[in-house]
Amino acid sequence: MAATFQVFRVIHGRRFGRILVPAMTCQNCSQSPRPCISATQPHSFEQRWRHQVRGYRTSPAWHSYYLTPPQINSILKANEYNFKVPEFDGKNLSSVMGFDSNQLPANAPIEDRRSAATCLQTRGMLYGVFDGHAGCACAQALSERLFYYIAVSLLPHETLMDLENAVESGRPLHPILQWHKHRNDYFSKEASRLYFSSLRTYWQELLDLSVPGEQPDVAEALLSAFKRLDNDISLEAQVGDPNAFLHYWVLRVAFSGATACVAHIDGNELHVANTGDGRAVLGVQEPEVKRVRSEHPLSEAKTVVKQDRLLGLLIPFRAFGDVKFKWSIELQRCVLESGPDQLHENEHAKFIPPNYHTPPYLTAEPEVTRHHLRPQDRFLVLGSDGLWETLHRQEVVRIVGEHLTGVTLGQMQGLLQERKARISSTFEDQNAATHLIRNAVGSNEFGMVDHERLSKMLSLPEELARMYRDDITIIIVQFNPHGNNKW
Amino acid sequence: MRGGVCSIRALAPVLLPRWLCGPRACPAHLHGSVRFLSTDSVSAALPARARVVICGGGIVGTSVAYHLAKLGWTEIVLLEQGRLGAGTTRFCAGIVSVAKPLSVESKMADYSIALYERLEEETGVKTGFVRSGSLCLAQNQDRLLSLKRLASRLKVLGVSCNVIKPKDVARLHPLVNIHDLVGALHLPGDSVVSPPDVNHALAVASAAHGVQIYEHTSVNHVVVKKGHVTAVETDRGSIECEYFVNCAGQWAYELGQSGEVKVSVPLHGCEHFYLLTKPLSEPVQNDSPVLIDMDGRIYARAWHGGILSGGFEKNPKPIFTEGRNQLEIQNMQEDWDHFEPMLSALLRRMPGLESCEIQQLVNCPESFTPDMRCLMGETPGIYGYFVLVGMNSSGLSFAGGAGKYLAEWITYGYPSASVWPLDIKRFGNLQSSRTFLRHRVMEVMPLLYELKVPRWDFQTGRQLRTSPLYDRLDTQGARWMEKHGFERAKYFVPAGKDLLALDQSKTFYKPDWFDIVGAEVKCCKEAVCVIDMSSFTKFELTSAGDQALQLLQRLCANDLDVPVGHIVHTGMLNQRGGYENDCSVVRLSKNSFFIISPTDQQVHCWSWIKKHMPSDPQLHLEDVSWKYTALNLIGPRAMDVLSELSYVSMTPEHFPSLFCKEMSVGYANGIRVMSMTHTGEPGFMLYIPIEYALHVYNEVMSVGQKYGIRNAGYYALRSLRIEKFFAFWGQDLDSFTTPLECGREFRVKFDKDTDFLGRDALLRQRVEGVSRRFVMLVLEDHDTELDVWPWWGEPIYRNGELIGVTTSSAYSYTLQRHVCLGFLSPTNTDGSPAAVTADFINRGDYEVDIAGQKFPAKAKLYPFSSLFAQQKRRKDDMELSNFQSK
Repeated sequence: MAATFQVFRVIHGRRFGRILVPAMTCQNCSQSPRPCISATQPHSFEQRWRHQVRGYRTSPAWHSYYLTPPQINSILKANEYNFKVPEFDGKNLSSVMGFDSNQLPANAPIEDRRSAATCLQTRGMLYGVFDGHAGCACAQALSERLFYYIAVSLLPHETLMDLENAVESGRPLHPILQWHKHRNDYFSKEASRLYFSSLRTYWQELLDLSVPGEQPDVAEALLSAFKRLDNDISLEAQVGDPNAFLHYWVLRVAFSGATACVAHIDGNELHVANTGDGRAVLGVQEPEVKRVRSEHPLSEAKTVVKQDRLLGLLIPFRAFGDVKFKWSIELQRCVLESGPDQLHENEHAKFIPPNYHTPPYLTAEPEVTRHHLRPQDRFLVLGSDGLWETLHRQEVVRIVGEHLTGVTLGQMQGLLQERKARISSTFEDQNAATHLIRNAVGSNEFGMVDHERLSKMLSLPEELARMYRDDITIIIVQFNPHGNNKW
Repeated sequence: MRGGVCSIRALAPVLLPRWLCGPRACPAHLHGSVRFLSTDSVSAALPARARVVICGGGIVGTSVAYHLAKLGWTEIVLLEQGRLGAGTTRFCAGIVSVAKPLSVESKMADYSIALYERLEEETGVKTGFVRSGSLCLAQNQDRLLSLKRLASRLKVLGVSCNVIKPKDVARLHPLVNIHDLVGALHLPGDSVVSPPDVNHALAVASAAHGVQIYEHTSVNHVVVKKGHVTAVETDRGSIECEYFVNCAGQWAYELGQSGEVKVSVPLHGCEHFYLLTKPLSEPVQNDSPVLIDMDGRIYARAWHGGILSGGFEKNPKPIFTEGRNQLEIQNMQEDWDHFEPMLSALLRRMPGLESCEIQQLVNCPESFTPDMRCLMGETPGIYGYFVLVGMNSSGLSFAGGAGKYLAEWITYGYPSASVWPLDIKRFGNLQSSRTFLRHRVMEVMPLLYELKVPRWDFQTGRQLRTSPLYDRLDTQGARWMEKHGFERAKYFVPAGKDLLALDQSKTFYKPDWFDIVGAEVKCCKEAVCVIDMSSFTKFELTSAGDQALQLLQRLCANDLDVPVGHIVHTGMLNQRGGYENDCSVVRLSKNSFFIISPTDQQVHCWSWIKKHMPSDPQLHLEDVSWKYTALNLIGPRAMDVLSELSYVSMTPEHFPSLFCKEMSVGYANGIRVMSMTHTGEPGFMLYIPIEYALHVYNEVMSVGQKYGIRNAGYYALRSLRIEKFFAFWGQDLDSFTTPLECGREFRVKFDKDTDFLGRDALLRQRVEGVSRRFVMLVLEDHDTELDVWPWWGEPIYRNGELIGVTTSSAYSYTLQRHVCLGFLSPTNTDGSPAAVTADFINRGDYEVDIAGQKFPAKAKLYPFSSLFAQQKRRKDDMELSNFQSK
């Protein structure tokens, strides 16, 4: 049912930065929501059939010009990045072969962020997709900071001690992370000092809490890192900073929001920590709505989740930042008034959600899912978006074969050949993430990449683009099928 | 999902009732069940000892048990790690067909069909046996040609088959679309069965004969002491035994590696997919023929009113490279995308299936071997350790016949037919690399359905063993073939020839290297050629006293007590007088011998000598194959080249034929120069320590320039040796052929002091006369340009009656005719073998049947050279050596 849910969200215009005026949503989307549907449809047999029964058609009503294939490619490939992990690290077969990632902006500037890094002092790799709303500040901060928090939480007591001693005595630090960054992925220089001191406070606390010789549990480390970072974001905004720019920056971070979907892979152990509605395909879905309702008084049962949005406004039920849904009204006013002038003009920051009674309504605490990698686990898709549904060709067909009895040989052949034709377009895309985006954006109702449609979707004017598609960020981690069979 | 569950149930083995290993209820409907019930032990505890332990309860293992029991063996224990027939047997498609590439394989399949047919009557177990017949379809003329060749081979075996027209196909199987067919081969004897039920029936029949079957018992390793199997360690305790049979299928490789003494079982698994459909609206009849559409890479049979169809794709998926724990055989994933080409081929062949519903796609891993033939026989070096695995997805077709042969092998020491092409000793440790196997089976699996033209070579797993001259020869245009992992030049493409066209010489007709090889042959005849023959197996046998001589005198039919420096061509015979090996032995010194054998004899010959070698610390056998590079200088000017390089006269007066001398060639000293060429042409073999190889080669080439020297390859060699009527072990000679049958009595010394192996059998045969005779057939009226070329396996007719079969053939550039070598084995009217005399052979009109077309031929008992002018010179030069392969 994930797919249906996804469609629903598209129709209701979740793509407007998450916080929106409902009336406007309906208006815009009633015009032409249909193309978006097939854009996020999984190309499964089932879905296609349903489609045709419903008789959905694309309606190319808007005026546009066509892009040439090279133009399309240059747009699609502008942000692609891939990294190959050496098969042997000297001792073991690596369980990860490499990853492909890509981003396609719909907002200007893009509000999604991505990160990938190798933990140098512990084993394992980290991948994250951050989907910002109400600006990109929070997502940007997460992309820079979250992995450090996680890496530090994973360090054993002894290493933390070394770290602290090194900082204390001014010795150079052993790097904690090796980043794998695209040239467009940037880190802000200005806030690094502030970030570092917050991080150091965190590890000092960890030092006090940890016991020598104990190996931190990954799930707990992830949980702790997520909560801590959100807490730090909140605190930094409350405390402010003498530097006016920084003060403004920390407030922007806190008042914007972001979801985070982070995967940690160490050997055969995969952990996915998820805050918000980004997802990893190997993740497990939980009835989120139930959880949120259960945490608030019964009297609010009707207002907490309205039209499937938190307080009728926010789509993700867990997020970083978004202090508007976390702080009390008093605190919000107090912080805003003391803040830099620029903030006063920001209508969004001043807006207090209706029915705002018992904050916090929002948490950054992630759902952590642990998964033991098996040889058949070939890849993991982290997406800011409903993209994972379009993915694995084998998986989709396998499901068709297994679950749909009553498929005739002829139908199966038609499906397979169609998919074979589509696969041939993979040769255009070396990067799997790019390929996924191409399919997500350019698929017509038959699940085929349609050049005309792709061209239209990519050449939408800036102000319109957001109505038809959201920022898309994807990381595809490929596992080594040979690395995962030694249990 | 529903479909999945139900079909698995349908395919699942009928579980063997508990009473197989415990006296319980008596199933009255089973014949013979009463007997083993009374004799069986009370508990299911393993016996402490047994004579034979068989590992693997699939169709192969139970067949071996069944045939051993039939031959009167007692105390046979069969162990199965899971349930009987739970491996490949459970999932396989159930087609038993005689359409196999080798005659011995067709023979096994033919026997299997007969066995499965009578099993139901014998055991009362329903086996689903239906003699449905099969149709091998041809979409093009080349395929039809290969089917016609198959048809002529099957006729030799007495298997009925007809080449039919497309419209007959439609009559036999109305669902088939025939518009793109050019013909088909109809095999009315082929059958379908339910494999798990056949497996069950064999188990029941074996149990009735006293075989003890234990399920859920896995073999950990086999205990070997002093080269003999002594016990089998299982997870439920150990069993002492004399014989162990590895029928572990996919897991045989690992089982071989598990023991302290490793056994190399070169096989590798590949995923194999087939489709099951629901019954058609008009159910497919049970007895509709099996379809084998090799050009479409698919097969199809009727299955419960629907169709079962699978295939051998171009891009197979190897599996279990890392071993068994990677994936359970039961949890194999289906892969529809992978199956798409086969599905399309199926719908093209049977368009009516389009509206038929899918039941399930089954993934049934099969094991494959490096040369597409199964692995059978006793492993080298361990007595009592037998193997029968690697069925290349014909397990069901082979199991009956192969089980019978192996049982005979264990019982009598040899099977009732020559199975050298299947003998596990054709492989050694060098084929045991997992990477090699993985790569090679990816080529082997598609090859099953590929068109196999004469002289095809494997493309994968190459360049493993090479001569030090490999690069030199390669840059001079060498085109390579592989034998036992060794790269050998086929011919040399002259500069300026179109290389691409040459590499695509896939044809049954005149190949495009014809002129190239012709030029090489001409050079061998008129000037001098050099052929790198380093792949030969080379042993050195030395001893302190005369033990080495004694051993060789016992093993070889010829007299080895010759002066030092002499070369003796001799066979190593078995008790029946058949050739176990055919080699040249050089007496290097009083007590040391240099034994040169064919390339693929490396493992077989070693184990044959070792088997008969007394354990004497003063007697030492060493494999020196890798130490020497062998260059063959063929041609009348070879002696000029050599004498110029050594300042020694090499004329026959100074260097007689069949003589060996260590001498210097160029700067290099200690080169073993032998006056023989394995072709009947004048010339020399140089055995060069490898570090001198390049030097000697360079010297030979530069000095030889003025004599017109050039490189030559094995195709030239083959043409030369076949026109000289040289038989070659493994192709023409096998362990069932005696020297008397191939005109080599002159190499058998009955009157030497030692009673050599096979002497009695040969003496008997000399009295009784031979009933088969090796002959040379020169084709008349065969247009080299337009007619299909002979290869091997063509039937020979005498006065219109089938009398024999060819074993090898080549175009003789001297005679400008095709020459076939083969055996005539006439029978009396009552079917018993008749004696062959020279007179019988000379008085007869012969024809060779090439793909259904009969060509007149002249039969000869002696090579032409002995009839011509050179006769005098050749007299003492009669070195009928032979072991260059085709």
